[in-house]
Amino acid sequence: MDNRQKEINNLKDYKYGFSTDIENIQAPKGLNEDVIKFISNIKKEPTWMLEFRLKAFERFKVLKEPDWQKPKFPKIDYQDLYYYSAPKSMKDKPKSLDELDPKLLETYKKLGIPLQEQARLNGIAVDAVFDSVSVATTFKDELTKQGIIFCPISEAIQNHPELVKKYLGSVIPTSDHFFATLNSAVFTDGSFVYIPEGVRCPMELSTYFRINASNTGQFERTLIIADKGSYVSYLEGCTAPMRDENQLHAANVELIALDDAEIKYSTVQNWYPGDKDGKGGIYNFVTKRGLCKGKNSKISWTQVETGSAITWKYPSCILKGDNSVGEFYSIAITNNHQKADTGTKMIHLGKNTKSKIISKGISAGNSDMTYRGLVDISSKAKNSTNYTQCDSLLMGNKCGAHTVPYIKNKNSESNIAHEATTSKISEEQLHYCQQRGLNPEEAVGLIVNGFCKEVLQQLPMEFAVEAQKLVGISLEGSVG
Amino acid sequence: MKEQLQKDFDNSIKNLSLSQKDIEIKKFCLGNFIAKGFPNRKEEDWKFSDLNQIIKNNIGELSFYNDQTSTNKVDTSVFVDGLEHNKIVFINGRIEKIDFEYEKKDQIEIIDQSETINEFKNSNSLSDLNNAFTNKCFKILIKKGYQLVKPLIIYHTTNSKIWSKNINLRLNFELDKDSSLRLIDLFNDTSEKNFLNIFYNFELKENAVLKNYKVDKFENKNIKYSFNNIDQHKNSISETFILSSGSNFSKNEINCNLNGVYASAFVNGVFSLNNHKHHEIRSIVNHLTENTKSYQLIKSVLDESSKAVYQGKIFVNSDAQKTDGYQLSKAILLNKESEFNAKPELEIYADDVKCSHGSASGSLSEDSIFYLMSRGLSYQQARELLINGFLLDVVEKITDSEIKNLIKNMIGIKE
Repeated sequence: MDNRQKEINNLKDYKYGFSTDIENIQAPKGLNEDVIKFISNIKKEPTWMLEFRLKAFERFKVLKEPDWQKPKFPKIDYQDLYYYSAPKSMKDKPKSLDELDPKLLETYKKLGIPLQEQARLNGIAVDAVFDSVSVATTFKDELTKQGIIFCPISEAIQNHPELVKKYLGSVIPTSDHFFATLNSAVFTDGSFVYIPEGVRCPMELSTYFRINASNTGQFERTLIIADKGSYVSYLEGCTAPMRDENQLHAANVELIALDDAEIKYSTVQNWYPGDKDGKGGIYNFVTKRGLCKGKNSKISWTQVETGSAITWKYPSCILKGDNSVGEFYSIAITNNHQKADTGTKMIHLGKNTKSKIISKGISAGNSDMTYRGLVDISSKAKNSTNYTQCDSLLMGNKCGAHTVPYIKNKNSESNIAHEATTSKISEEQLHYCQQRGLNPEEAVGLIVNGFCKEVLQQLPMEFAVEAQKLVGISLEGSVG
Repeated sequence: MKEQLQKDFDNSIKNLSLSQKDIEIKKFCLGNFIAKGFPNRKEEDWKFSDLNQIIKNNIGELSFYNDQTSTNKVDTSVFVDGLEHNKIVFINGRIEKIDFEYEKKDQIEIIDQSETINEFKNSNSLSDLNNAFTNKCFKILIKKGYQLVKPLIIYHTTNSKIWSKNINLRLNFELDKDSSLRLIDLFNDTSEKNFLNIFYNFELKENAVLKNYKVDKFENKNIKYSFNNIDQHKNSISETFILSSGSNFSKNEINCNLNGVYASAFVNGVFSLNNHKHHEIRSIVNHLTENTKSYQLIKSVLDESSKAVYQGKIFVNSDAQKTDGYQLSKAILLNKESEFNAKPELEIYADDVKCSHGSASGSLSEDSIFYLMSRGLSYQQARELLINGFLLDVVEKITDSEIKNLIKNMIGIKE
């Protein structure tokens, strides 16, 4: 088979696997203070931001890469990576979409993300991040009218330093674990959202992450602040080209909900998962943490994880305010040689706090999937409750599904309930569907969608349809 | 601690007639233990119970040498009344008596195995400590087709003669084809501040049945660690029941390897704790071949700043199709200061399996108390009745009726 044919075949499996040929500005290879200064300089950051980065880097130097996780991976050479890469055309910021490099527009069009005015009919505001920079943010004016700030974080550092200074690093401090600290030192771009007091964000906000350049790590940082009584729903999607080497993606996401505020954060993660033999793919090592700071606040995480060679993340909620609520809904699908170690942490600190965890894991092929979660009810968190349900589905006897929950209850007035099951798709169900004319793959797709329904329902409409399709595609070839 | 270990080790070696090779092995184990020390919270298996810290806080300095040349007088008052049984008596870690008076002598063989070393797959530093310091180890072999008429009770007694000591025990059991054994481990401690480190190894051949009951009921200030390894062949059944209540700290580890088809393992346990006690059960069931079954049920009642930990793991190998694994842990926290930690774990590599676990913890249901009080019970009576019912569920799982009644009487559970 010639290369061209091979490429076409591969693209059938992962349709976002193309790469865009575009001229880049890159930081020198490697990780040192000069590179950090380079990043800070190119983004014209104030000195406090540079200090923040350098402080994190100091700490990073003494940290060791953790090794307790289930999926093992070859050692990453952190000196062999580019920490900054941006399309050259972005150097002088284009004022509007019309000035944007047509190649970039083309890329996003191919990905199904319409950036141009005429295509914006679906009513979602998008911030598109290409490698290390944010290339476009749509619907800005409309949001500004309501006082909502939705912009790349590098812009927020310039224009809203008081907010960034106050909240950046307040949930994930610079002294956190290895990958989070690395991100604090070298983060490049990401989204910043501020919803003012009492405002209900009129549309879904969305960020689309794209890794394009090879040998680059993407380190985005997202900060969402929901002021008193506000509401926001935020979506995140991601893809990357197909390459034979593994690429690192270590993002930090911080959410802060003040009194009576609600943040809904949905992710459809579809990074390149590697080919059928497990070659290539993204290492998705992400730190996501939400702080329910105020009373009656609520943070809800929904994730559909179908991509990445290795997924290693635990979106967490710190329930600090009284009566606050944390939710976690997850579907994780691994196929071929993919590995996932994902779950959540619910840390109950305030009184009457509630949390709910629904996790659905599906493993097929030679993949390996672990749910790892922590529910910790502190002695002060009176009258708190947690409900956890994690179900795993196995397809074939070469894959693995594991459940590792940590449950700590230090309060006699609080209740924790946890249940988990592991099974396979029953022969009867398959037989029933096939009898009614579905082929085996359609039957499996139908049953799996039913298995995941509880989580899919949590996604905003447009995303749910997309996610449902993705579930089907990810499992293709795993039956029979 | 290092000098103390070395000195005590030299002392204990002196009294043993060991070959040079055995001494070398023991020295090697001692070296391992000195290098690793007592397990601490940095080790995943000891995350919730930092033994190193617990020993430091409760005992301080430990000594490791036990003079076992002179015999201890066996105090018959500790023997269980109203149940005819065979006996093995340990006093301060020394075997004083092995008595199978109710059994056919030629069906049971007692083999002195003092020189052999335990090699557990998931060994921690405590098995090294045990290997370095145990000086008498017996293997009890139950021959083909023999079923013991009466249960065997192993008495673990400590008295005031010892203080701040580490006691290491080891016993091996082999149950040959079609044989069966009922075993009760009974602890009687009148000493304080000792660390007991107990290793049992069971091998169950085809169709063998082991009923293994561990009763730690009487209030004492000792720290205990017990590790049971159970290897099971085709059609064998093991049933383990743990009553974890008396000691200041106790950790029971059960490791079941289901090697043969249709083998099944049952692990049930009750924590009944008060007064700053800290107990843990860790169970690992390895389903290594197809058509095996396991069932685990652990219930805890925690009062007065006590802490219970349950770590249970079901492992299913990729060959172990048609596995049936179930695990449930429930806890009632009676006091603000009490704490329950659980880590129920599933690790599964085969697809045609049915595995589930559940874990729940919380307070006594106010509604149930209200219901009972509205029917004329006092608050205290209602509470007791509910706890009684909660624990009865596990005790009822004991399949041997004689022993079930014995244990019910001990805990004071009514039907």
